Amino acid sequence: MLAIYKRELRAYFVTPIGYVCLAIFLAASGFLFSLFTLQSQTTDVGTYFTFSLFLLIIVCALLTMRLFAEEKKLRTEQLLMTAPVSITGMVFAKFLAAETVFAAAVLLSSLNVIPLYLYADPYTAQIVGNYVAFFLVGSSFISIGIFMSSLTENQLAAAVATIGTLLFLLIMNFANSYIDLYAFRFLIDWLSIYARYQNFTQGIFDYNALLYYASICFVFQFLTVRIYEKRRWA
Amino acid sequence: MVKIEHLVKSYGQNFALDDVSFTVEKGEVVGLLGPNGAGKSTTMNILTGFLSSNSGKAEINGIDILEHPQEAKKLVGYLPEQPPLYLEMTVEEYLNFVYDLKKCTFNRKKHLREICEVVRITDVYKRVIRNLSKGYRQRVGIAQALIGNPEVIIFDEPTVGVDPKQVIEIRNLIRTLGKEHTVIVSTHILSEVQATCNRIIIINRGKIIANERTEEITRTLEDVRRFKIKVAGPQTEVLELLRGRQGITYVEALPEREGDAYAFLCESAPNTDMRKSIFYALADKGWPIMGLEPIGMSLEDVFIKLIDKKAESAKRISRG
Repeated sequence: MLAIYKRELRAYFVTPIGYVCLAIFLAASGFLFSLFTLQSQTTDVGTYFTFSLFLLIIVCALLTMRLFAEEKKLRTEQLLMTAPVSITGMVFAKFLAAETVFAAAVLLSSLNVIPLYLYADPYTAQIVGNYVAFFLVGSSFISIGIFMSSLTENQLAAAVATIGTLLFLLIMNFANSYIDLYAFRFLIDWLSIYARYQNFTQGIFDYNALLYYASICFVFQFLTVRIYEKRRWA
Repeated sequence: MVKIEHLVKSYGQNFALDDVSFTVEKGEVVGLLGPNGAGKSTTMNILTGFLSSNSGKAEINGIDILEHPQEAKKLVGYLPEQPPLYLEMTVEEYLNFVYDLKKCTFNRKKHLREICEVVRITDVYKRVIRNLSKGYRQRVGIAQALIGNPEVIIFDEPTVGVDPKQVIEIRNLIRTLGKEHTVIVSTHILSEVQATCNRIIIINRGKIIANERTEEITRTLEDVRRFKIKVAGPQTEVLELLRGRQGITYVEALPEREGDAYAFLCESAPNTDMRKSIFYALADKGWPIMGLEPIGMSLEDVFIKLIDKKAESAKRISRG
């Protein structure tokens, strides 16, 4: 498992994809931050994180599209599947590698908040809460991306499917104003990642939402493992 | 050492493997021979745990590959049809990765150096795999299979796309490996298994049609039935003479010519060697034979022959 993790992590930075992801994320989050806090002359980071969720879609799709699709295309998965490593271990190692790059990106982007502390007195608990939630949303996005990547051998298809799914999950509650049925609205609100994120932007640390994100993370990794198990039997 | 029992693998209506059973003893080099799509790769993929079978059992050293995959996989080194190489890595990084992946506990440097020497890739050790030629890539793939010194080594068509000199090297390597390991090699080239293996398992359309020692198979195939003969003499008369011999079923004048010698293709009835009688007949007429070579059997011929042989012995058994 450790071997696969190390190889994946290295692969991010041997190919340009790791740098591209970091660059896009840092540049865009810097821009969003300056737009929604510094230029808006506020210490409220809620709006910044809300918009960053959309940025996350692209970054997570880029981070994960390669992970399984490329192995399938180059037939290197035969090496992994015939090595004494469990499928669960393989999936988790790849997840961790993507997670590490993502964590690095989030950590680097957290430098954004320094000016707030220099020139004002921001509400630290809200910032920390948002970062925790943001990281978990990212993890669940990565899980979904990994799942999509395991379905195809075409990286582009994996990325597009990931972006589509994530966008849908994120904004599906926008459709609520057009839906008359309460039960349906409730369901959509319950599923929507965006709706659940709103508490954090308002400074509320919502354990339910955290559990929800962690569950998505778990479920999609589990499904990826199942995909691989199933393919052996197909 | 390797035991396969009643393996069945189907894709929908198509049977890739249909009740395949065989065993390979420790220290044997066994060749799986068959045309493309016969089920060689499927057998190997099941044996290495990459695929599962619909029914049947595959065991490595008594360990079931499905029940205890991790233990079984530790005993196997596998080179798939397409070597599983990460193109962006150097050979060094790649082999180190495989070393970690297989959780080896040897002296890393020494182990990898020895393998590189055996498969002769020491000179490209620091190079990126993407930039290597097909032959070198194949050898890196072989090196990968040897890491961890596995007891069972499985090569799926190791000589495809490799130049003739390297083919000989790989064959030699397989023979050397056979001294200490159990080796299973697949190929669709008859002469390749004859050159390297103790035993040949011939497989066609998912069924085993022969599983015999190499000498036996060679003996079955060796009786000369088709040959090319070059005779220095008048073409039409030689043709007539050859046609007139008893035991010859087919003669054809070939467009080839060498000086005053003409070439003919002859085929004789089963189990009759016509060479001596043709020699004397031509000597009588004073037409020297300038050349005579048996024409090797293609894999299709081999199949027909083996299937015939099987049917014959089945008849004999039912009669007796």
